[in-house]
Amino acid sequence: MSKRRIDDVTGTETTGHEWDGIEELNNPLPRWWLWTFYGTVAFSVVYMILYPAIPLINGATGGVLGWSQRGDVAAEIAAVDAAQADMRASLTEVDLAAVSLNPELLSFATNAGAAVFRTNCSQCHGSGAAGALGYPNLLDDAWLWGGTLEDIAYTVRHGIRNEVDPDARYSQMPAFGEMLTEEEIATLVAHVQSLPEGQDPLAGPGGELFDMNCSSCHGLDAQGDRFLGAPNLTDAIWLYGNSDDQLTEVITEGPFGVMPPWGGRLTEAEVRAVATYVHGLGGGETQVGENDNIE
Amino acid sequence: MSEHSTSLYAARVPIFPRRVSGFYRNLKWWIMGLTLAVYYITPWLRWDRGPNLPDQAVLVDLANRRFYFFWIEIWPHEFYFVAGLLVMAGLGLFLFTAALGRVWCGYACPQTVWTDLFLMVERWVQGDRNARMRLRNAPMSPRKATLLGTTWTIWLLIALATGGAWVFYFTDAPTLARDLVAFQAPGVAYMTIAILTATTFIFGGFMREQICIYMCPWPRIQGAMMDEGTLTVAYRDWRGEPRGKGLRRREAASDLRVTGPQIGGRSPLIPMPGVRDTKIVGAAPAPASIAGPGDCIDCNACVNVCPMGIDIRDGQQMACITCALCIDACDQVMAKIGQPRGLIDYVALSDAPREAAGGAPIPAWRHAMRPRNFLYTGLWSLVGILLVVALFVRPDIEMTVSPIRNPTYVALSDGSVRNVYDVRLLNKHGEARQFLLSPSLGPDLTLQIEGQPGNTLTVPADTQQLTRVYLTAPPGSEAAAEDRTELRLWVVDLEGGERAHVDTVFNGKGTQ
Repeated sequence: MSKRRIDDVTGTETTGHEWDGIEELNNPLPRWWLWTFYGTVAFSVVYMILYPAIPLINGATGGVLGWSQRGDVAAEIAAVDAAQADMRASLTEVDLAAVSLNPELLSFATNAGAAVFRTNCSQCHGSGAAGALGYPNLLDDAWLWGGTLEDIAYTVRHGIRNEVDPDARYSQMPAFGEMLTEEEIATLVAHVQSLPEGQDPLAGPGGELFDMNCSSCHGLDAQGDRFLGAPNLTDAIWLYGNSDDQLTEVITEGPFGVMPPWGGRLTEAEVRAVATYVHGLGGGETQVGENDNIE
Repeated sequence: MSEHSTSLYAARVPIFPRRVSGFYRNLKWWIMGLTLAVYYITPWLRWDRGPNLPDQAVLVDLANRRFYFFWIEIWPHEFYFVAGLLVMAGLGLFLFTAALGRVWCGYACPQTVWTDLFLMVERWVQGDRNARMRLRNAPMSPRKATLLGTTWTIWLLIALATGGAWVFYFTDAPTLARDLVAFQAPGVAYMTIAILTATTFIFGGFMREQICIYMCPWPRIQGAMMDEGTLTVAYRDWRGEPRGKGLRRREAASDLRVTGPQIGGRSPLIPMPGVRDTKIVGAAPAPASIAGPGDCIDCNACVNVCPMGIDIRDGQQMACITCALCIDACDQVMAKIGQPRGLIDYVALSDAPREAAGGAPIPAWRHAMRPRNFLYTGLWSLVGILLVVALFVRPDIEMTVSPIRNPTYVALSDGSVRNVYDVRLLNKHGEARQFLLSPSLGPDLTLQIEGQPGNTLTVPADTQQLTRVYLTAPPGSEAAAEDRTELRLWVVDLEGGERAHVDTVFNGKGTQ
């Protein structure tokens, strides 16, 4: 730095730095640039004091403002919760059937219900609500216990055949394996398989067995009884399948599908939301059936 | 130069450009007026689009994701129009740079236009170059404080108007103007105005050439895009050198001036090691064969009018924005001393050897007629034509159909099979429209729209609507039994009569 030199080729002053004969030209930066740089340094110091900055072994320095991303998220969730409070309140208050009359409330209930469904229901009923063998498909138009909004809400609230909720929907199909012979069961299987094709439920040897063993719950017309959760045997929906083996097993063992009560785990607003969502999937019923029990 | 100590940082040396008049100055006034008028007035132009759409001619509606430009409305999925415009802007920049060098910098760049405007104010309040230099060197006095205060106040008002105009492009201008005055506008509007006001005030009032030299990438890029046929502002050194003034002109022939890198401020030059041969216009000493003094009387008029504070006679340099004011200044001087104009002029680098050898100047238009410029013009026009074509063949009806695949189908109790589709329909019109949906498989399939009877659905004005549509195949039908059935969903605009279709599939029970 001691000797000032002007570079011959460019006529520019050099900084005095030289490596193996290669010299560094001094094209000075503007001074405002330097001050801008100092400004950013000062900013970073202030920033480090105000915000979380220095990583330590367990976490980082907190910053005097006490700001954190986690806190931001919590505040956002609280804000959304507060903003939805009115919606939840009106969802809890109004008559369920009236939800669909208010587009804003319907949209809220459907979206909230979808979230509740994904979290709590999709494990058994599937993420698309299509169910599986033994787990009812919620998209179709067949309902064991009723498909109106109130029916669905009741089922969600109290569950089915569980030991927890005394108000749970309850019924039990006997294990006919203890009462009927294998031949009789085989006859009954063939008879039941023919019901959707229009076979008279009471005709023939199968009809005799049906009349004696099945009609008290499934009805003389075999169209089921929603009060008992007894399925309609004349339609095309088979919860446990309708192959020979599947039907034989159902009649022999007697199915016992359990659904837990959600009334204690979900808020009333969540129950109503998920009922609205399920009802809107395409199979929801609007008329109140005569066999439906409404809470 | 060796008197001051070595410093790695240099303070800005203020520049006091002198007033000049002439052809290029007038051209610049006109361009300044035009560009500023376009900027300030555009958001206030109205364009009737019907009751449901904004009536602002140019509007970037970020909240609703629409871009309105007079009769054109662009939706987010048509953003390729903006991409096309950017491609055109890029090619246009190539074309103008190849033909005219940094003409953008010199005439149309906002930094240049607003700096020019601020200089005009400064000159109007404080006087011309000499008065401003005196004022700067004078000690602080009431008069100096008044003059500086007036200048800065006017600058600040211009800056405020600049920042204020920007926000009007993003929402309805008259409404926002009322809200701004009543302090009811959104915070982001005030923040944007504050930031743009500050940048305009500082960049136009105090940083000026520093922006061009140190912050803008364009001066660095230009070197790659200009060639020896590009017209640019240059000094005809073969005509001007050796320079000299007054009585000393006689001696000047032997007194060749050594060019320094930092004449007229501390603007750095691009080091051009090869500059001393005759291929490039520069401050090279004229060939010794030329007898007598050159036309340059070293009056420094070109230096005094330069807003960048450089000496064009040093040759092409990064700091030159080619504003051409030195041409006007020099032409005035040449007229006074009875010499032909154009000692400083728009010339191409390739002109230098020819003219130095006594050849006649080539007219500017001949420089523009080069294959490179034709190529850029062709590409630019091609993209432009494609965009216009794309604009006219845009479909009026846009529908997308996505089958819901979880599950692929629903078996109903009567044995029929139902598929569900998410149908998105765009209504680009200013009023609500009714659309009729019908599946191609005819009476076999029943179509049902969620939440309403019938096959028509109403889409509100300027909206994309998502609707759930159910298609049901009766028991025993082919569609219910087959695994997949090809299907075409037709949509008809009941008012306009346009039709469109989307091909999709119907999933049946198949072989299970």
